[in-house]
Amino acid sequence: MKLILNICLMLLAASAAFTSAAAFAQANEQFVPALVYRTGPFAPNGVPWANGFVDYLKLVNERDGGINGVKITFEECETGYAADRGVECYERLKGKGPTGAAAFNPLSTGITFALTEKVPADKIPLITMGYGRSESADGNVFKWNFPLMGTYWTAADILVQHVAKAGSLKGKKIALVYHDSPYGKEPIPVLQEHAKKHGFELLTLPVTSPGVEQKATWLQIRQQKPDYVFLWGWGVMNSTAIKEAIAVGYPRLQMYGVWWAGAEPDTQPAEMAAKGYNALALQHGADKVAVHKDMMKHVYDKSKGTGKKEDVGTVLYNRGMLNAMLVVESIRAAQGKYGKKPMTGEQVRWGAENLNVDTARIKALGMDGMMQPLKTTCSDHEGARKARIHTWDGKSWSFTSDWYEADNKMLRPMVEAQARKYAAEKKIEVRDCSKET
Amino acid sequence: MFYRENGQYKTSYKADQALFPIVQDRIFIALVMAIAFIVIPMFASEYLFRAILIPFLILALAALGLNLLVGYCGQISLGTGAFMMVGAYAAYNLAIRIPELNLLVVFLLAGFITTIVGMVFGIPSLRIKGLYLAVATLAAQFFMDWLFSRVKWFTNESSSGAVSVPEIQLFGFSWNSPVQKYFLVLGIVAVFALIARNLVRSNIGRSWMATRDMDVAAEIIGIRPMYAKLSAFAVSSFFVGVAGALWGFVHLGSWEPAAFDVNRSFTLIFMVIIGGLGSILGSFLGAAFIIFLPIVLNQIPALFGIPISTATAAHLESMIFGALIIFFLIVEPHGLARLWAIAKEKLRLWPFPH
Amino acid sequence: MGSFIEVVLGGLMAGLLYSLVALGFVLIFKASGVFNFAQGAMVLLAALAFARFSEVMPMPLAFILAALVMVLVAFMIEKLVLRHLVNQEGIILFLATFGITYFIEGAGQLIFGSDIYRIDLGLPKEPKIILESTFDGGILISIEDLVAAAVAGFLVLLLALFFQKTSTGRALRAVADDHQAAQSIGIPLNRIWVIVWSVSGFVALIAGMIWGSKLGVQFSLALVALKAIPVVILGGFTSVPGAILGGLIIGVGEKLAEVYLGPIIGGGIENWFAYALALMFLLFRPEGLFGERHIDRV
Repeated sequence: MKLILNICLMLLAASAAFTSAAAFAQANEQFVPALVYRTGPFAPNGVPWANGFVDYLKLVNERDGGINGVKITFEECETGYAADRGVECYERLKGKGPTGAAAFNPLSTGITFALTEKVPADKIPLITMGYGRSESADGNVFKWNFPLMGTYWTAADILVQHVAKAGSLKGKKIALVYHDSPYGKEPIPVLQEHAKKHGFELLTLPVTSPGVEQKATWLQIRQQKPDYVFLWGWGVMNSTAIKEAIAVGYPRLQMYGVWWAGAEPDTQPAEMAAKGYNALALQHGADKVAVHKDMMKHVYDKSKGTGKKEDVGTVLYNRGMLNAMLVVESIRAAQGKYGKKPMTGEQVRWGAENLNVDTARIKALGMDGMMQPLKTTCSDHEGARKARIHTWDGKSWSFTSDWYEADNKMLRPMVEAQARKYAAEKKIEVRDCSKET
Repeated sequence: MFYRENGQYKTSYKADQALFPIVQDRIFIALVMAIAFIVIPMFASEYLFRAILIPFLILALAALGLNLLVGYCGQISLGTGAFMMVGAYAAYNLAIRIPELNLLVVFLLAGFITTIVGMVFGIPSLRIKGLYLAVATLAAQFFMDWLFSRVKWFTNESSSGAVSVPEIQLFGFSWNSPVQKYFLVLGIVAVFALIARNLVRSNIGRSWMATRDMDVAAEIIGIRPMYAKLSAFAVSSFFVGVAGALWGFVHLGSWEPAAFDVNRSFTLIFMVIIGGLGSILGSFLGAAFIIFLPIVLNQIPALFGIPISTATAAHLESMIFGALIIFFLIVEPHGLARLWAIAKEKLRLWPFPH
Repeated sequence: MGSFIEVVLGGLMAGLLYSLVALGFVLIFKASGVFNFAQGAMVLLAALAFARFSEVMPMPLAFILAALVMVLVAFMIEKLVLRHLVNQEGIILFLATFGITYFIEGAGQLIFGSDIYRIDLGLPKEPKIILESTFDGGILISIEDLVAAAVAGFLVLLLALFFQKTSTGRALRAVADDHQAAQSIGIPLNRIWVIVWSVSGFVALIAGMIWGSKLGVQFSLALVALKAIPVVILGGFTSVPGAILGGLIIGVGEKLAEVYLGPIIGGGIENWFAYALALMFLLFRPEGLFGERHIDRV
């Protein structure tokens, strides 16, 4: 009995302590929160991304002494890919540091949905690089969301472009094997639009989360014999899909993953048998360029690295790094306008909206070859719509196509229509970008 | 000494049947209410409101609903998350399709819709019981997961299947600051707790408890098991449905079915059992335990500046959480509410226990 | 026709894999009356241990070590949990196994890592096509699944022999029938529990190896427990043949539903369909296919 009471008291004391332990302000620091998941069903994919993200922040501190002299501080918070844990992390971290959190990167479509409702009130930008709501590319409605470098609709469009290049799609059959969640369902409208335009038949095959049970799905694919399979999965669903494809003898050459289904943890379990499997690359692949040398020199050689040395330069590690880079560049852009001091979330939002990462800047960052120029505007929060295909050769990923650019003529009206619908539902005002300076 | 009821005479039936017949209980409840309605709003931080208190209150409401079913009627349900989901989506559809409706009415109607669904899924309880029933209710969970991600009408044809709700407007005001949301939720939860407290000491509550203790015997003394079981499912679903609507509208604002997945159902049953089966207070204690514990555990390393990685912290958190569940079940299988009762007993005798 | 047979075959194979996990449930429920939700976590732990050990040592040795880990787990569970919860209600015991689940998941990943690991049993992954002359496109047979099925069958045989022929097995059956009576004739209850949890840990290890070699060893293995639950209620909590037959029925049922019913109503139905199927059976036989009839006396 006593023991229990003691424990209760301790818990009470602890909870009292953490509520009062307000962020002690230190002048010249910029706080960047890191929502990560290193446990749970999606950990194998979440871990390298998280490592890349925090390593890049460390690199900026070690190599450049921060952003224009402003040191970056960061804190990880484990979300486990669950929306309610994500919200708790967000509330916990949003006020830290002298100016509050710079920007949030949840790496989860579900958490993105929940945070989209919360960021406008707190005035913190939400950067969702390569994921999130596709319609949030419309900055007129989604003032605080930045699906930089490409949305799911961009991805779907580019995949269709790529397979159409090999020959007319008329009368062909494409199967979409997708994670049965908003994430997996996002590309369907664009693919349906394309099905009408190109005259192919679209089969949609949902896989229940987390996606370990796919036998029926792949037996259907064996029956229907689609010409291409698009894989829209995440985490264990990808590796399982590839294994099941092997088990029913579906040619890997005709499989195309989205950029979240094209990393080492997806193909490594099948290794050589996955040879020929293709996936979109979100601009970067498993490259090693100048910035990785810096990373070795400034972070890993000082044994300050977060993960294992061998994992530096893997696909998802690079994505985490690029994601952190975009946050840092947004802060830098904001500093250009507001002065070289820690930025508030609102100022970082301006920076993210006026990002201009051009060829010269990419070179200066040491990321030459990893990405294409990216420029955001008030109405375009995506910034770049390019991607290419990379293919697994049994040991590693390598690029097998040129750059494609998504057809914005077709996508933009869809984005705007969906965004307007959201604005109407939420009763929010649409801002007029032509009047903003 | 502090908790002694001798000297408090009940001279009328009314006094005997009072909600809280003992003065000390009334003082305690008044104190809790005062803290909840006055002290907390004055001192709590935004983090405390949005990340802890609001989710705590909403899940406590859901746990209360589940406790009516499990603790009072003895029908185990592992599908509570699904019923929350029904409540949330019902409220969403009502709010989107009939925008003139007062939001409180929306929540109540959502509760009624959940009631109907809950009764449908309660029908197997007439035939199967115990663990078999518990597992059968998982069917509701997986079916609802599927239904709301497949039928587009429920999500207003949104391309991704996720929905978002407008800001909360009630009686011409918008209720969007953390304190306002807190008051809204607190008010609703307080009213429902009062209803629950009265329900369980009424005729229907007693028929639930008779069914729980032994359904065959209950039937013999003239309680219709079908009526008792289905009414328990109905009332419980109503509570849970309203909690689901609140979770969607007040806490998340935008959600996908995964926000109400099977883990939600499991956490709710933990809350009920750790808190104490068949106890209203227990539902709140259990909800507090299950919500606060992981958050506290998660922050301890950062608090004391222990340099361990996020992954290690998360694994340790899971281990300690599991160990504490087992620990509590071993020392007090009847839950935190029972501990509270023991504490009261001690207070009654203190300082001369003999 | 060819594809129909394929789906049925696929369902049978998947069902056998569910049975492997379900067997663990049944063994423990029989002997200690605990509905062990931690079976999934035990599968994960066993697979993790085997995968990580086999990285540094030959496979048989890794197998033995992993089995020892499971025995240790069984011992700890008996010592620290079960012993203190004797005579509690089923739901309390059920909940305690949730605690065990969280603990094992945390500890397993803490010790062995939360990345994705490979188990390579050297089974051929490419499919074989047979009867190509009879059916258009032939019938697809996966060698990996066949081996898994053979292992499952062998395991059941082994368990049956163990239960029927050894004195420990007889003691186990006695405990399952009436643990008070068993205790009164001198069967050491605690030791029996350790043994039965060890056996189910061993079953978890086999299941973990097969699932792990199919899916890769990572956290989601713990979730196969959820697939095995409808199997157990369909077959009855206390019946080993029930677990096997239940697994086959669920496996075939859900695959047929997904392939033939799925496209009509939108797909992704196999998860709830398994539960609905089990529920349907329950409405006719509330104790499962082979469960013991329960008679209430007032």
